[in-house]
Amino acid sequence: MTLAKGSAFCVFLAILSAVVALISLRTGAVPISWREMVGGGDSVGSMVFQTMRVPRLLLGFLCGGALGLCGAAMQGLFRNPLADPALVGVSGGAALGAVAAIVLGGPFLSHSIYILPAAAFFGALAAAILVHVIATRGVRVDVPTLLLAGIAINAFAGAGIGWMIYGATDSQLRDFTFWSLGSLAGAGWDATLGCLPFVVVAAGLLAFRARALNALALGESNAWHLGVSIEGVKHAVLAATAFAVGAVTAFTGTIGFIGLVAPHLVRLAVGADHRLVLPGSFIIGGCLLCAADVIARTARAPAEIPVGIVVASLGAPFFLGLLLREKRARA
Amino acid sequence: MRKILCLLLLSTTLHAATPLRVVTVGGAVTETAFALGSGDVLVGVDTSSTFPEMARALPQVGYQRALSAEGIASLRPDLVIVSANAGPPTALAHLAALKIPVLRLVAGDSLDGATTRVLQMGEALGREGEATKLVEKIASEVGARVPLAAHSPRVLFVMSLGQGSPMVAGRETAAAAMLELVGAQNAGNAIQGYKQFSREALVLLDPEIVVTTSRTLAANGGEANLAKLLPGLEITAAGRSGRLIVMDDLFLLGFGPRIGEAAQELATKLNEPSRRAER
Repeated sequence: MTLAKGSAFCVFLAILSAVVALISLRTGAVPISWREMVGGGDSVGSMVFQTMRVPRLLLGFLCGGALGLCGAAMQGLFRNPLADPALVGVSGGAALGAVAAIVLGGPFLSHSIYILPAAAFFGALAAAILVHVIATRGVRVDVPTLLLAGIAINAFAGAGIGWMIYGATDSQLRDFTFWSLGSLAGAGWDATLGCLPFVVVAAGLLAFRARALNALALGESNAWHLGVSIEGVKHAVLAATAFAVGAVTAFTGTIGFIGLVAPHLVRLAVGADHRLVLPGSFIIGGCLLCAADVIARTARAPAEIPVGIVVASLGAPFFLGLLLREKRARA
Repeated sequence: MRKILCLLLLSTTLHAATPLRVVTVGGAVTETAFALGSGDVLVGVDTSSTFPEMARALPQVGYQRALSAEGIASLRPDLVIVSANAGPPTALAHLAALKIPVLRLVAGDSLDGATTRVLQMGEALGREGEATKLVEKIASEVGARVPLAAHSPRVLFVMSLGQGSPMVAGRETAAAAMLELVGAQNAGNAIQGYKQFSREALVLLDPEIVVTTSRTLAANGGEANLAKLLPGLEITAAGRSGRLIVMDDLFLLGFGPRIGEAAQELATKLNEPSRRAER
């Protein structure tokens, strides 16, 4: 990596996020004037801006960013570009927690908007801890066991979800379906501020692990010989993923694909150096989700499309296009 | 003179309090607004609002459990009336924060629930007189339905949301409540909610009549296919006599302003003799 390339990439990221943020803040069902955006006041426009647009942009950025960052870290840990946070059971656990809250929560659910996210978060955390503990011998995390334990815990969560769905009423079923499509519609300051500490902790855990992940790409024993604390980085990646992805999934439902595609885009642009891939995946992931959300809330306004649908239906063809271009370039 | 002025002022403020831009969320909610003569003040409805035809032309605010506060706010409503099912709670809280009044109707698939909702809406829309009349009309319609024959028939209610896998209505469903209202026995009462049924259990229940919704029938490609999706039905009393009743979803299960008509129609159809016996 040359220094010039790195700084050019950083400038690009800064411009991209500014553009996405501006578009996101400017578009929506309610027309909002520049004065209402800047000046505040209590007109409907400025209230919508303060209580919905801004927290929604921030939640989208945090959520997409966390998914991108953890996706990049997981891919580094597994040394496989197909890895994503769902692999260690986080999404499955969150979904089980959410469906349990929807089906069993009943009357309690209407008392507090935090019950569902809390259940989803603890579901995610429990699944991730279980996978982590199963794969750990002494202080050593065995990566192949991690993968298998993740598959087993996901299957177990799937069975639990099946039981819950079996006992669910029609409307509970639909609630869960919509939850699993993912949406930022519930965004307010409480959801945004609820996610923030977990994403900050995750970013902190991964902040100084880029070199270790680079070394890990050479294989565990080579990384060890390079003097890298390979067990440290494994624990950090798992903890960060459980925290950040668990928290954002709890508030937005399952949003797939960003964890996979954001790191891939960054690697296509600047190569595999984790010092750029980790922060780059955070910002690209955040921008992707916010851009998708603009479409989700304007395409069929005043109704709204779950953002997960938009991410997948635009992201998948785009990703395929990139793969085909890469293939042609290689041939 | 001053008194008259005061009265005039009072009447204008009262008039101003009648909402002029209303969003309704829920099929029965929209239906009730039209039934009360407030159809012209509606500026938005949800996806379940399919009746009357005019409701389909209004702007859509989406599925009633996945509402968007900004989308609804963009219609600049001065009242939002939602069914008890509406959500998510954050969207409703956001509307309240924007000082848009939200009326949440009472829950309950029952005659009582239906009439309470009509009265709630009448008050909110400034149509108290119409609401009282509508409640009286519902009560007289329900009262005037044909009584069922001496023994109440065992009725199986089937519904599928998409294609295939029809579900049987158990206890605590709108279908069970409707059957109870007309005095029929719900054959699925052993289960709770809508569930798939084993074919042997179906044979054991031996329903005499099958009731389904027109959407279920359309999704499954007509009567012949529906029978195929319910293996075992052919050896029950309903299968042998071919007694199948099809009614519109919202009409039969909406517990809205047409509940009286729906009860009458269901009771009449339940009393019709079997088709094969006629031939």
